[in-house]
Amino acid sequence: MAAYLLRRLMVSALILLGVSFITFFLLYVLPADPVRQIAGRSATAETVENIRRELGLDRPFIVQYGHYLAGLVQGDLGRSYLQKTQVAELIASRLPATLLLMLGAISAELLIGLTFGIVAALKRGTILDQTLMMTSFVTVSAPQFVVSLLLLYVFAVKLGWFPIGGYGTPAHLVLPALTLGILGSGWYSRMMRSSMIDVLRADFIRTARAKGLTRARVVLGHALPNAILPVIAMIGIDIGIFMGGIVVVESVFGWPGIGQLAWQAIQRVDIPIIMGVTLVSAVAIVLGNLLADLVAPFIDPRIKLK
Amino acid sequence: MKKLLVSTALTLALGLPALAQDYTPDPNAKAGGSIVITYKDDVATLDPAIGYDWQNWSMIKSLFDGLMDYVPGTTTLRPGLAESYEISADGLTYTFKLRAGVKFHNGREMTAEDVKYSLDRVTNPATQSPGAGFFGSIAGFDAAGDGGLSGVEVVDPLTVKITLSRPDATFLHVMALNFASVVPKEAVDESGADFGKTPVGTGAYKLAEWTLGQRLVFAKNADYWRAGVPYLDQIIFEVGQEPVVALLRLQNGEVDVPGDGIPPAKFTEVMGDPAQAERVVVGGQLHTGYITLNVTTPPFDKVEVRRAVNMAINKDRIVQIINGRAVPATQPLPPSMPGYTEGYAGYAYDVDGAKKLLADAGLADGFETELYVMNTDPNPRIAQAIQQDLAAIGITASIQSLAQANVIEAGGAGTAPMIWSGGMAWIADFPDPSNFYGPILGCAGAGEGGWNWSKYCNEGLDAKAVEADSTYDPALAADRMKMWSDVYMGVMEDAPWVPVFNEERYTMKSPRMGGEDALYVDPVSIPVNYDYVWVKE
Repeated sequence: MAAYLLRRLMVSALILLGVSFITFFLLYVLPADPVRQIAGRSATAETVENIRRELGLDRPFIVQYGHYLAGLVQGDLGRSYLQKTQVAELIASRLPATLLLMLGAISAELLIGLTFGIVAALKRGTILDQTLMMTSFVTVSAPQFVVSLLLLYVFAVKLGWFPIGGYGTPAHLVLPALTLGILGSGWYSRMMRSSMIDVLRADFIRTARAKGLTRARVVLGHALPNAILPVIAMIGIDIGIFMGGIVVVESVFGWPGIGQLAWQAIQRVDIPIIMGVTLVSAVAIVLGNLLADLVAPFIDPRIKLK
Repeated sequence: MKKLLVSTALTLALGLPALAQDYTPDPNAKAGGSIVITYKDDVATLDPAIGYDWQNWSMIKSLFDGLMDYVPGTTTLRPGLAESYEISADGLTYTFKLRAGVKFHNGREMTAEDVKYSLDRVTNPATQSPGAGFFGSIAGFDAAGDGGLSGVEVVDPLTVKITLSRPDATFLHVMALNFASVVPKEAVDESGADFGKTPVGTGAYKLAEWTLGQRLVFAKNADYWRAGVPYLDQIIFEVGQEPVVALLRLQNGEVDVPGDGIPPAKFTEVMGDPAQAERVVVGGQLHTGYITLNVTTPPFDKVEVRRAVNMAINKDRIVQIINGRAVPATQPLPPSMPGYTEGYAGYAYDVDGAKKLLADAGLADGFETELYVMNTDPNPRIAQAIQQDLAAIGITASIQSLAQANVIEAGGAGTAPMIWSGGMAWIADFPDPSNFYGPILGCAGAGEGGWNWSKYCNEGLDAKAVEADSTYDPALAADRMKMWSDVYMGVMEDAPWVPVFNEERYTMKSPRMGGEDALYVDPVSIPVNYDYVWVKE
């Protein structure tokens, strides 16, 4: 176990190094000059060159990357080009909001997805099953921007049940979490449905039924714990999907997370922030996958870590 | 809906430092209350040496003061932290007498040393100020560094003397820029690079709270040196709010002014509803949207071709695309700018005339080119209209719709034959015609990376521009404006640009907002002049 963990952590570090190199390189070759974004339109040629020199952007790529890495290993993500604030501070101030949103989103997608999946499996072949599966198909394909505005309009503006965007109370969390949750739930309901159908066909379920257990006990006590296994592993992967989704959802709902930070930084070519957010997201995805793999054997003893 | 024209241009044209009139405070104004302003993006910085976007520009104006300022709602200069000033006969020495008893937010009194420190700081390359170049006329600018500017001298605690290396008719405007704000050295030293997050100035408000990514709170500066203002006790800036959401919240009574304006998709709906439209204030702004024609790229090196393109563009239709939020432009300067040439009609829309000019240039069969455009609405739609207009005279333009930074890069590098300036168009830093020339039409901006995307360089006009800006004597201000008018007429003759429209500003406010309309379309404070607006209840 310890050896496995060590090996996985080393691989994770290598992945992060690779991510940092690729992102840094892409930003370097991007046909957009961060210095011109900082200098603005009235700056003289001298001002532009001065800023370039002060930021070290006149140096060759490998020197710039080396310099960035050297800071990184000391935990220094650098300072934002435009805001001059420490990137670590900017991310730290926004990370709790993003984590809270993810937690809310995962809860929402599990609640919706698993319920839909179980019901559809039990009512297999009925109109209800088809309706639920059609719904999941629609939610998976619906653009987040549209879903978020729709929810906002109906539940916040028209019905007034929730605040119109913002952050701070549990009520603020509901709509953004639901937006992400609805979109993620489609995968879960399909996954849960097929997994449940497989399990319901298994011999031990027939045995349980034959023993005269109630339908509820069969489903919740015997079928669910087995059917849910492949679903658990998906949560880790979900973190990656959410990292993309939060950019849109945070912007619409005015949720002060790192997705919003990333979006603003990309528009302003603020490279230190883009790098910082990318690395933090990469860490989240790598850790999410690692966690899913580590948890799996505890849920399903058939899985062994090697 | 009321329509205002910012026409203090006239006062400026007649006498340069038009200081005679000042602001008459609103007799109905009430003190107290709090308002909510929303923005989509977080505020980048509140450091006056660094901040250079239209969002933080007006916020910085309320936290800091410079030696000069503008009469609220106008483009008329008035003294700020300077009580008075004298200009030497040769126009090279400005002696500013400071107001006594002005206090920074940290309680210390502001002195001439602070003025010198602030100007030294903004021009020091280590500060990386985007505005450093504005101070190029101060003696010692080229050697500016840790030693400071030799041209700025403290005479006594309340007198500062600034010596210029060349006469500069725009110098008082430069001293009214945010970049010339007075900052206390001890606060900058203490905060270092974080001064932009912990600003300390002499302004009407002080920063009370900044929760990154969520909100900023400005609290009234009770010790403010201008009597009677500000009226509001506090201003809450909520950031991270999509413009569409901000509008919904305004309709719900939660927001007072959406800082990003009325979203284009909602514009017709808002203006079609009388109850909402009456709370929209419309005003001119110092803005021109234009198409650049790269004079170094054939066939745009031929003036006939550039004039033909000027005649081919149907500006009225383009104004319709943006719901009529602009007026068609005839020349580079917007109508409310001093130096604007009245009565000049520009190149009239004339498809047949344009075809004939192309034929004269030996391009009767047209040609293929590329039109670069920023990829946010409505710019791609405007580009399509331009594309159709060009097709009518036989020019096939393919549209390159890119992110703003990529268009700026292509423009600076000179690889774009045509650029539609939308989203990056010129809005004046200060209300003087010289500000529309140097970086975007002059030879200085035509180099690699400059904002003169036409790469147009007419040395004769450049010389004339220098002559105009050396005409510092206020008595000759009208002559100076004539010179500038001639410069822009010369530009139109060479036609490196197609001036398309001058955008108007639409500021929406909640029913509880008070103060005259001019404060809501203040030419230097977007969206509103925070120091002078008030709430009714």
